[in-house]
Amino acid sequence: MVLTWLLPGPQTNGIKTSKYNFFTFLPLNLFEQFQRIANVYFLFLLLLQVPPQNTRTTTSSGVSLSSVWESITDTAVRRVTDTWLPFKLGHFGKVTGCLLSFQADLLLLSSSEPLNLVYIETAELDGSVCVYSGCVCCEPPNNRLDHFTGTLLFGDHKFSLDNGKVLLRGCTLRNTHWCYGLVLFGGPDTKLMQNCGKNSFKRTSIDRLMNVLVLCIFGVLALMCAILAVGNYLWEINKGYQFNIFLPREDDSGGASLSAFLTFWSYVIILNTVVPISLYVSVEIIRLGNSFYIDWDRKMYDARSDTPAEARTTTLNEELGQIKYIFSDKTGTLTQNIMTFNKCTINGKTYGERELDEFKLNSWDVVDFSFNPLADPKFSFYDHSLVEAVKLGIPEVQGFFRLLALCHTVMAEEKSKDQLAYQAQSPDEGALVTAARNFGFVFRSRTPESITIMEMGKQQRYELLAILDFDNVRKRMSVIVRSPEGKVSLYCKGADSVIFERLNPSCRKLMEVTTEHLNEFAGDGLRTLALAYKDVDEDFFSRWKQQHHKASTALENREAQLDQLFEEIETDLLLLGATAIEDKLQDGVPQTIEQLAKADIKIWVLTGDKQETAENIGYSCNLLREEMNDVFIVSGNTPEEVKQQLSPVYDPVHPIIPQAYALEEAMELEFLWTACMCQAVICCRVTPLQKAQVVELVKKYKKAVTLAIGDGANDVSMIKAAHIGVGISGQEGMQAVSSSDYSFAQFRFLQRLLLVHGRWSYLRMCKFLRYFFYKNFTFTFVHFWFAFFCGFSAQTVYDEWFITLYNLVYTALPVLGLSLFDQDVNDAWSFQHPQLYVPGQLNLYFSKMAFFKCALHSGFSSLVLFFIPYAAMSDSMRQDGKDLGDYQSFAVVTQTCLLFTVCIQLSLEMSYWTAVNTLFIVGSLLLYFGVTFTMYSNGLFRLFPSAFSFIGTARNTLNQSNVWLTILLTSILCVLPVLTYRFLTILLWPTINDKVMFKARQAKAAPPPPSKRTRIRRGSSRRSGYAFSHAQGYGELVTSRRFLRRPAVSHSSHFTPMKSTSSFIPMGRSAGYSPTDGPHNAKAQGVEGTSLQMYRIIQDQTL
Amino acid sequence: MSKEENTANRPDNTAFTQQRLPAWQPMLSAGIVIPGFVIIGVAFIGIGVALFVTSQNIQVLEKDYTGIETNSSCFKCTNPRVKNCNCTINFSLDKLFEGPVFVYYGLSNYFQNYRKYGASKDAAQLTGDLAYFTEPSTSCVPYQRDAKNKPIVPCGSIANSMFNDTFKLFQIVNSGNVAVPLDGKGIAWWTDYNIKYRNPTTNPLKNAFNDTVKPIFWPRPAYELDTTNAANNGFINQDFLVWMRRSALPNFRKLYRRITEGEYAKGLPAGDYALVIGYNYPVKAFDGRKKVVFSNVSWMGGKNQFLGIAYLVIGSLCVVMSIVMLIVYAKFKFPDEE
Repeated sequence: MVLTWLLPGPQTNGIKTSKYNFFTFLPLNLFEQFQRIANVYFLFLLLLQVPPQNTRTTTSSGVSLSSVWESITDTAVRRVTDTWLPFKLGHFGKVTGCLLSFQADLLLLSSSEPLNLVYIETAELDGSVCVYSGCVCCEPPNNRLDHFTGTLLFGDHKFSLDNGKVLLRGCTLRNTHWCYGLVLFGGPDTKLMQNCGKNSFKRTSIDRLMNVLVLCIFGVLALMCAILAVGNYLWEINKGYQFNIFLPREDDSGGASLSAFLTFWSYVIILNTVVPISLYVSVEIIRLGNSFYIDWDRKMYDARSDTPAEARTTTLNEELGQIKYIFSDKTGTLTQNIMTFNKCTINGKTYGERELDEFKLNSWDVVDFSFNPLADPKFSFYDHSLVEAVKLGIPEVQGFFRLLALCHTVMAEEKSKDQLAYQAQSPDEGALVTAARNFGFVFRSRTPESITIMEMGKQQRYELLAILDFDNVRKRMSVIVRSPEGKVSLYCKGADSVIFERLNPSCRKLMEVTTEHLNEFAGDGLRTLALAYKDVDEDFFSRWKQQHHKASTALENREAQLDQLFEEIETDLLLLGATAIEDKLQDGVPQTIEQLAKADIKIWVLTGDKQETAENIGYSCNLLREEMNDVFIVSGNTPEEVKQQLSPVYDPVHPIIPQAYALEEAMELEFLWTACMCQAVICCRVTPLQKAQVVELVKKYKKAVTLAIGDGANDVSMIKAAHIGVGISGQEGMQAVSSSDYSFAQFRFLQRLLLVHGRWSYLRMCKFLRYFFYKNFTFTFVHFWFAFFCGFSAQTVYDEWFITLYNLVYTALPVLGLSLFDQDVNDAWSFQHPQLYVPGQLNLYFSKMAFFKCALHSGFSSLVLFFIPYAAMSDSMRQDGKDLGDYQSFAVVTQTCLLFTVCIQLSLEMSYWTAVNTLFIVGSLLLYFGVTFTMYSNGLFRLFPSAFSFIGTARNTLNQSNVWLTILLTSILCVLPVLTYRFLTILLWPTINDKVMFKARQAKAAPPPPSKRTRIRRGSSRRSGYAFSHAQGYGELVTSRRFLRRPAVSHSSHFTPMKSTSSFIPMGRSAGYSPTDGPHNAKAQGVEGTSLQMYRIIQDQTL
Repeated sequence: MSKEENTANRPDNTAFTQQRLPAWQPMLSAGIVIPGFVIIGVAFIGIGVALFVTSQNIQVLEKDYTGIETNSSCFKCTNPRVKNCNCTINFSLDKLFEGPVFVYYGLSNYFQNYRKYGASKDAAQLTGDLAYFTEPSTSCVPYQRDAKNKPIVPCGSIANSMFNDTFKLFQIVNSGNVAVPLDGKGIAWWTDYNIKYRNPTTNPLKNAFNDTVKPIFWPRPAYELDTTNAANNGFINQDFLVWMRRSALPNFRKLYRRITEGEYAKGLPAGDYALVIGYNYPVKAFDGRKKVVFSNVSWMGGKNQFLGIAYLVIGSLCVVMSIVMLIVYAKFKFPDEE
């Protein structure tokens, strides 16, 4: 790990993301290591072998091995990726340059922009801005992003500071050259970091299970040793003491009791091979290997951003095969956060349908906008008829685009001639204005009183009379403008349901047609807005204007009065048409979600977005499906309301219930209970910390393995909270990636990560553990049986060299080969049958039961391994008449039997024999014979007579036919029952794996048929959300008297444009600007920020 | 160029990194398992029959001479106060005991496999290293030094407890007793005799043992173990080597002599025999048994019924299991469709 060498304390702004520093390494690391019970055990064994009384020389070398390993991998993987500015508390900072992120929470003092507006790109929160300077008193650091209280003392004046005046760490400066800020919180005190959740030490469920098992093993070990100690006691009393002439012992002190006591500890040392250190080393190697496979996978490599997948943590792989819950961020993860103007319906005619050209299947025929010098080159549209219609000057079509060019709150910036950049408060709006721009209605600039647009190459200036701003209740916005000809018109866009209510009766027919089209759009998962206009009578307007002025200056009831006025004028509208915007999903998202759903993984989307947006995306990415009717939304703001709204969920017939929910402790369980019955859950308007809370909730009560995936700083907390955190890499902002365990560039790679890598890792790990325990139990239990025949004297069965090398050399590589190469079916079949993933979620491959079976199997094998050689060698002779039953020969025969047995057993486990596996197995056996013959050779004995006392045993024993017959009998007898059991199990109770394997083997070389990737198209019964994703309050901003006119071409000489493009670029999150005065913002937050809305779907009856 | 740059991070496309290594993917299908069981079964039955028949043809004659029963001739020798006790066991063979015949002594309830017993020797001393003659390893305790603190050579429990009964075999013919020559050469492992155990190069051997004492239970020092053959003394005495190769199990037999010479090379002819035993070794204290065993061997070594029977049983079980599996398979054929 990189040791961040920083002074502690609140002054510094550094953030430490590595696990240890120089001083804390030892205590922290020790603590973490000893969370692994086995490490305590190894330490204990090490100490036990120190006293010379117990003369066993079994090697257990060092408890720190796995510790060292982990710190190495930690060093390699977790790098500190944070660069930070040397901000200190109380400093004034000037932030310059585009796309520069704030590295501390700042109190905004002034900026380069008029009105001290600051355009920021919010990483996870809604915007914030302010002015002033002085002495600041504020709240202590906390994690509430939407809340800030403080006071500024400036001279005699006292100003209150709120959320709107603070720039938070993680936000990016956009379109603003510089700003001055006072650092309020730095480093770990920033709201972002406070929201990040704490770094926890992640352990896989297998690790935790292993802890339990290791404890059980210790229990069994202690029991076995106790039995043997008692045996020794009895033996000493009944036999040993009689045998005293030939076997003198120190019976002067303690006698049998002392002997039994010493025997106990001797057997603890001998039998400790049930859990050898090599187990943990191998586990880490396997995880590392499987992590490398993830790094190496070309199918998880994104060519566009040149980003391969990365396993940043190497210790969690098998957990990837057990995921039950996925918590996904929306923006940037599921969606690209790119809105495209996809279709529209104008006056009853739809445009934008992509005609599948029979001759040019692969290339869509993109509309050429070269007629328009101001067109955005990035915009593409595929329906030529619309551009023809514009060119022909059809009034409805022109009106349609005129509306789009006029009715919005976008700001334009003309950096140079023909270089327009839009600053849209929501990407939807940006997309609409950009569409109008390309179709010849270019929005060029605005002042508080006017909007200048180019209409088919002709500059027109509309007088902006009023903006009837958007809010969540109105679900529409309108502008009232006076055209250059002097006509007053109202242009309105909004949710179709709202607009349709306010149409002139003459539009009924058009409304029906449009509704049909809207349904169609909704079926494609597009976000729609209905557009309408009306010409306003001059007299009526002037009267209205007066009333409006009165209302907007009223002291009481202003809001209600304004609403009333807006209602009054927004009537009798004439429908123009509707737009359909596609919130572009990342590639392959619906397919991935479908696959994951088939694998019985529950996907919860946690987003900060509004309910409508979230719901819409839920449909378009196939998370919510048409057959899940009855979307039930719970959006109570008080505990009572939520409780009431939750209650109908208890009726299991209702298939779907989305809901809003305040995460209060009292209702945690109720919420979880209902949410977990659902197939999909969407939580909206959640703060980063709430995301983590939801994850923690599921972790706590469901005991399921969770995965969180996200791309932004707002996802850090849930990424850290979940068992597995996945970061989307290859984009700006490395916050999510640097705290994640795995990262890749595209959401769709998740299915490969889970269904292929995760499943294989889990399968391999389980096979490994089952086999490893089997081989070591078998190895060890033989000692136990032998004890009954050697006076419980702690005599080992095998040569001590064999004991040392068994785990280290003879059986190390084959089992590693198994757990690095094994696959039941290849990746294509894994995708074909996502159900293969289910056993992992249910812990079927390695559980206490599987472990118990393992132990039973070992018990059987060890009995065979001891008693067959016993019976075959007792009172038996060699071909030359010499006796066969000497200890060394017996040891050689038994250990050879053992090695053959475990090798054959391994071969049975293996379902994927590569050349490497064969090499490992055959090589290990050959190595065994090579090493054995070498170690029992004359030369080595001459060098170290006492170390190699088995001289000649191999030669003298392994040349006997009956010895080989014994080995054959033993190995076959150990395997036959297993073979029978497996065969019959496959026949009688085949698992999903067996079935798919069988199918795959039948198909042999032929790959599985490619899964049908049909375009998912929903029915049309549901209306998708309207395309407003921004907060209210901007209408007022753009008409504000304080809003200064900006030069058409500004600062082009010394201004580096962001990304040097003229178009609206909806990168990152919603690029927003904030009003100078915060009430609107605060109000929006007050209404929605505190509640957490969510959608949920109860398990479909058909599934 | 730019294309290369763009894909600089693209992982290598190798079978290994993409986990596409060619592999054999066996499955436990009926086509493999059932015939496999039949083949194993038949083979095992074949081996079993061969082993069983061979084992049946091996002749073994066991004679317990512990002298527990008061009427047995060796009963008198069980009294530890009786020194140099001889007893005789008579037996008769009604047919030729085919040669070469091997003579074993057997001990039961004797724990040569006790850990401390096994460790109680000095491997370096036994290679003839004189340094360890004066300083035997502490592993030999309590047979490291005698009461006068003189080093014991060879030290340790194993050596000390060396079996010291002697056997002489006579065929009783009309003319009297004819001694059957017992050959004690080459009864130990070649490696033990030539590598593992070495006498010191001192000449005469006796001098090497200066300032040492013989093991407490031994009647004579190591260099006088074989009074008839000077070369068969010290640590390479064949009987000593056989004893030092400790047994794995509490009941064991060890090779004592071979009958390979003269007219008895072809075996012991039918007739009456007398086995004269020099009874020295006490076993009564721990309920041990001593026996003498005559046996001949075959290609599979000595008589062992177990292997043959085990092969037969397991072979038959395999065949039975294959039939059971066949029935199950026929009934629950693996579903072709899911």
